[in-house]
Amino acid sequence: MKRPSKPPAPARFSRSLTDYIYDPKARALALQAIVALLLVWFVWAIVDNTIRNLEAQGIASGFGFLDNTAGFDISQSLIAYANTMSYGRAFLVGLFNTLLVAVIGVVLATIVGFVIGIARLSGNWLIAALASVYIETLRNIPPLLMLFAVYFGVLKALPSPRNSLELPFSSYLNTRGLYFPAPVWGEGTWLFVAGVLVGVAGAVFLYLNARRKFILTGKADSIALPQLILVVGVAAIAFLAAGSPLSFDYPQAGRFNLKGGMTILPEFIALLAGLTLYTAAFIAEIVCSGILSVAKGQHEAAAALGLHRGQIMRLVVIPQALRVIIPPLTNQYLNLTKNSSLAVAIGYPDLVSVFAGTVLNQTNQAVEVILITMSVYLVLSLLTSVFMNWFNARVALVER
Amino acid sequence: MRVSARTGPPRIEAIGPLRWMRENLFSSAFNSALTVIGGVISVWLAWGVADWALLRAVFTGSDGSACRVEGAGACWPFVIHKFQMFMYGRYPDDQIWRVNFTYFLALAGLVPLMLPNVPGKLWLSIYMIVVFPVIAFFLLTGSEWLGLEIVETEKWGGLLVTLVVACVGIAASFPLGILLALARRSELPLIKWLAIGFIEFVRGVPLVTVLFFASVMLPLFLPENVTFDKLLRALIGVALFSAAYLAEVVRGGLQAVPRGQFEAADALGLNYPLKMGLIVLPQALKLVIPGIVNSFIALFKDTSLVLIIGLFDLLGIVQQAVASDAKWFSPQTAVTGYVFAAFVFWLFCFSMSRYSAWLESRLDTGHKH
Repeated sequence: MKRPSKPPAPARFSRSLTDYIYDPKARALALQAIVALLLVWFVWAIVDNTIRNLEAQGIASGFGFLDNTAGFDISQSLIAYANTMSYGRAFLVGLFNTLLVAVIGVVLATIVGFVIGIARLSGNWLIAALASVYIETLRNIPPLLMLFAVYFGVLKALPSPRNSLELPFSSYLNTRGLYFPAPVWGEGTWLFVAGVLVGVAGAVFLYLNARRKFILTGKADSIALPQLILVVGVAAIAFLAAGSPLSFDYPQAGRFNLKGGMTILPEFIALLAGLTLYTAAFIAEIVCSGILSVAKGQHEAAAALGLHRGQIMRLVVIPQALRVIIPPLTNQYLNLTKNSSLAVAIGYPDLVSVFAGTVLNQTNQAVEVILITMSVYLVLSLLTSVFMNWFNARVALVER
Repeated sequence: MRVSARTGPPRIEAIGPLRWMRENLFSSAFNSALTVIGGVISVWLAWGVADWALLRAVFTGSDGSACRVEGAGACWPFVIHKFQMFMYGRYPDDQIWRVNFTYFLALAGLVPLMLPNVPGKLWLSIYMIVVFPVIAFFLLTGSEWLGLEIVETEKWGGLLVTLVVACVGIAASFPLGILLALARRSELPLIKWLAIGFIEFVRGVPLVTVLFFASVMLPLFLPENVTFDKLLRALIGVALFSAAYLAEVVRGGLQAVPRGQFEAADALGLNYPLKMGLIVLPQALKLVIPGIVNSFIALFKDTSLVLIIGLFDLLGIVQQAVASDAKWFSPQTAVTGYVFAAFVFWLFCFSMSRYSAWLESRLDTGHKH
C-alpha cells in the first residue's frame, strides 16, 4: 500500500529570496529601482561636472544675461530692435524670424506639394513623369545643399546693387536682396479697411444664403461673381471715398545700395526656396499615396451619382484622402519648422543663428542658451501637433 | 445595322506609339494643353542642363581662368582637381590606400549580405558587426603598434567623413532605436516614461540644436581633463538623434505584430529576450523595412549638417573649396561644386531607396491585406 502523501505544507508567511527572484512584480520593482539609481547618479555626475567646469572657466550661470545689452545688429526683424536692446529682445527677434519663414514655408510647400502630388497621378504621361522626376530628385538631396545652391550659387551670383536687375512694378533684384515699393497708408485708411470688412461680410452672407437655399431646394446658385463684385466694389468705393489713402515708397538708387522701399533678404529667399522645394517633394509623395488609398469604388460610385470630375475629387476623394494625408503632413510641417534652423549656415537671423549662435558666443552660457533654444522648438512642435490632432479629429472617419 | 467587318491591318491610330500617345498624352483638349506645357518645360530643362553641363562647359585647365570667360558653363576642372580633396579631405596622400582598403572590406561584406541566396550570411553578419568595425577603426585612425601612421580626425574630410558619420550613425542608432522602442512598449512605468521622454524630446528639436548640444554642452558634462574628439561628439549627436526616429519606426512594427504572437511566445515559456529576439522583432522589423531605410536615408542627408559645428563632410569641403579658394574663383565654380555634391548624395540616397523597394517586394510574403 502506498504511503499516504505528505500533508500540504503550512502557508508560509515569510518569503525566501528565491521567491522574490521568481516574482515578476518584485523583479520589475528591483529593475526600476536600479534604473532610477543609475539615472540619479548620472544626472548628479553631469550637474556636478558642469558646475565645476563652469566655475573653472569663469562662466556665469542663471538667466540674468537675458537683460544684458545685446550690442549686435540683426539684419531682419519684425519687431523694433536696436543693438542697445537686451539679449531677451534679440531672442524674440530670432523667434519671430523663425516663425515667419516656417509659416510662409508651410503654406508654399503645401501648395507646391499638392500640385505636384496630383500631377504625379495625372493621366497625362508626360506630366506624371515630370512630377516623378521632381520628387525623386529633390527628396534625395540634403536640404542644406539646396540652401547653399540657391544662396551661393544663384543669389550671390546676382548683379551688385549698382547694376540691379529691374523688375516690373519698380522692383529691383540684386545681391543684397529683392527691393520693392513699400505701401504707405495715409489718413482715412480705416474707411478702406471697414469697406473691405463690409464686403467680406456681404460675401459670407451670400454664401450662407445660397447654402441654405441649396439644402432646402437642391438648387445650386453660382455666387462667385456676385461675391467678387461685392467685395471689390465696396472696397473700391470706400477707397475712393477715403481719398485714396495709399501711396508707395519707391526704392531709390543710393550711393552704395538702394534706399527706401521694402527689402526681402537674399538669405530669406534662399531659406524659403530651399525649405519649400525640399518639403514639397515629401508632401507630394504623401498626397499621392493618400489619393491612391481611396478605394476605386468610391470614384465609381461618385461617377454613378452623376458628379463630374471636379466634384468627385472635391466632395468624395479628397475628404477621404485627407484622413490618410494629415498625420504624415503634420510631420512634414514639423520637419520644415525644425529644418528652418539650417538658416544658421547661410546667416539668416533665425532663432538658432541669433540666439544659439551670436548670443552663445558673446555670453558663453551654453547650458542656458541651448536649453532655451531646444525648449522653443519643443513647444512649437507640441503646439503644431496639438493643432493638427484637433484638425485630424475633425476629418477622421466617424463610424457608428 | 450592318457592322463593317474591316479586313487587313488595324488603323494606324489603333496600334503602336500613336495609340499610346493618344491615350496618354492627347486624350482631351485639357490634356493636350498640359502635354504641350510639359513638353516645353522638359525640353527647356533638358536643354538647359545639357547646354550648361556639356556644351558650354569647361573641361580643361589648371585654375579658374578658363571658367571666368563670359558665358562659360560648368567648371569641371575644379571638380577634377579637387576630387581627392572632396573624397578624402586632407588625409595624407601616401595613406589613402587605407581608406580605399576599408571601403573594399566594407563592400566585400555588404554586397554578399545584400544579395539573395548567398550562403554563409551568418558569418558575414558576424564579420560586419564584430570584425569589420575593429579593423576599420585601426585602419582609418592608425596605430603605432601595427605600424600604421596615426591620422587625426581633423585631417579626415569629404566623402570619407560623410560615410563614417552615416555608417557609425546607422550602426549605433539601430540597436539603440530597437532598445528604445522596446522600452517605450515596456510595462515598467519608469522605463516606459524615460523612453517616451527621450524620444519625444529628441524628435521635437532640430538636429542643428542637438549638434550644438553635442559640441558645446557635452564637454561641460565631462570631468575636466577628459577631452573628446570633435568627430566623436558629432557621432554621438547624430546617433542619438537618429535612434529616436528609428525607435518610432520600430514601434510601429511592434504594434503591427498580432497579439497572438506575443501570447504564443509566452505560452511556449520563452523569456523576454527570447520572445522578442526570436518571435516578435523578426516580424516587426520585416514590416517596417521601408521605414527603416527611410530613416537611414534621412540620416545620410543629415550628415551634411556636421559642417555647422566645423567638420568637413562632403558638402562642408565643397563649400570650403568654393568659398575660400581664390585660384578657382569663377561665377560657375560654386554651382559646379554643388551639382557634384548633390549628385553624390543623390546617388547614395536613390540607390538606398531602390534597394529598399526591391527588398520590400522580395520579403512580401503576401500576408498584407
